Amino acid sequence: MLTKRVIACLDVDAGRVVKGVQFSNLRDAGDPPELAKAHSDSGADEIVMLDISAARQNRATLLDTVQRAARQLFIPFTVGGGIRTLDDAAAVFSAGADKISINSAALAHPDLITQIAQRFGSQAVVVAIDAKRCVNAPVWLAFTHGGRTVARRDAVAWAREAEARGAGEILLTSMDRDGTGAGFDCDLTRAVADSVRIPVIASGGAGGPAHFVDVFRHGHADAALAASIFHYGFSRLADLKQSLGSEGIPVRWPC
Amino acid sequence: MIAIVDYGAGNLVSVKKAFDHLRQDCVITSDPAQLSSAAKIVLPGVGHFASTASLARTGLQDAIQHAIARAVPFLGICVGMQWMFSRSAESPETPGLGLFPGECQRFPATVKSPHVGWNSLQIDSSSRLFQNVPSSSYVYFTHSFHAPISEVTVACCDYGGSFAAAVERDHLFGVQFHPEKSGETGLQLLSNFCAL
Repeated sequence: MLTKRVIACLDVDAGRVVKGVQFSNLRDAGDPPELAKAHSDSGADEIVMLDISAARQNRATLLDTVQRAARQLFIPFTVGGGIRTLDDAAAVFSAGADKISINSAALAHPDLITQIAQRFGSQAVVVAIDAKRCVNAPVWLAFTHGGRTVARRDAVAWAREAEARGAGEILLTSMDRDGTGAGFDCDLTRAVADSVRIPVIASGGAGGPAHFVDVFRHGHADAALAASIFHYGFSRLADLKQSLGSEGIPVRWPC
Repeated sequence: MIAIVDYGAGNLVSVKKAFDHLRQDCVITSDPAQLSSAAKIVLPGVGHFASTASLARTGLQDAIQHAIARAVPFLGICVGMQWMFSRSAESPETPGLGLFPGECQRFPATVKSPHVGWNSLQIDSSSRLFQNVPSSSYVYFTHSFHAPISEVTVACCDYGGSFAAAVERDHLFGVQFHPEKSGETGLQLLSNFCAL
């Protein structure tokens, strides 16, 4: 049976793993390759590394960090942040990433999704959507540049367009929940997951095993991603997967 | 020396990295001559079945066929495995190598496609490729088309019905999943291939 994936995310700033609350107040959490390996060993199904300052500071993704992390990883490895062109993507793949994640650049130039998918396959293209709920309406708007700019796109419509243009997966982050530990935004996740045929990775708000159960069961997520709960030892990945298994969620356990 | 065939389809770095980790002498090559001296050949592949058409154009297909005739162990991964069959519905005009009969098919509309993630296997214990890999092990898949179950199937997977996750006959091996991305299970399998 196809399992629900638990993905460990490393938000990297200036070569260190950091984690903020609602996209700001960053705290240092360690060395990216070291943490990637540790998460893989403790049962992560996949590693996502996001260079969170790349888009707004207009600099290239930290290729050497990618390379060092990739060398020790034998599970899928996604890298995002600062990928604006096909060449940027090619460099990240050469450094050892299996998938790239694009956000700001995809919204600015949607054709980039198609270009990368044609060259490297759709399975290698993750379109990341940072979405924020509108006040008093079940509508979410997509943001770019690390949550600093509104793209004025409905998040669900954008996810559908991304799929049509060749995206292989959607990484959907709730900006309202990011770093709060208050639980995933299941309404947002379900709205997107039920509108596309490609897998949707829920992100933002993970605080404990019950939140993962909720987003898999009620949010219809194919995968769920978290960062801070794993880095600071609030919850061990292995314990989380065991809890999910005992709740009847199909997970890869033991690995 | 293990030759990893580069025919411009996707990213071969992860496959090389896994063999490097297993301390195997391996090279990524698009040179047919290099295949004639390889002890083993790996044909990776992600993306579209039509991308395999370049194998015939570049002489790599001939080199692979000659190596197979000399009983050089051959491992096809993902689209590389699909290419070992006669054809694929993904690109009917592109012939496969036809080592195994049958056509690769798309998943039924009842399930999301592509099939992405970790799924469990039912393994035929007589398989050489799966020595020391427990049945029901999880491996990582990412694909929209799959090969039919036949007498060469050594591992099955269930997604919208049962499909061939791995095939094996003599020195010919194919896996639909990505052993280089399947953690310890995948490394064990690659290590078995190296030990042949």
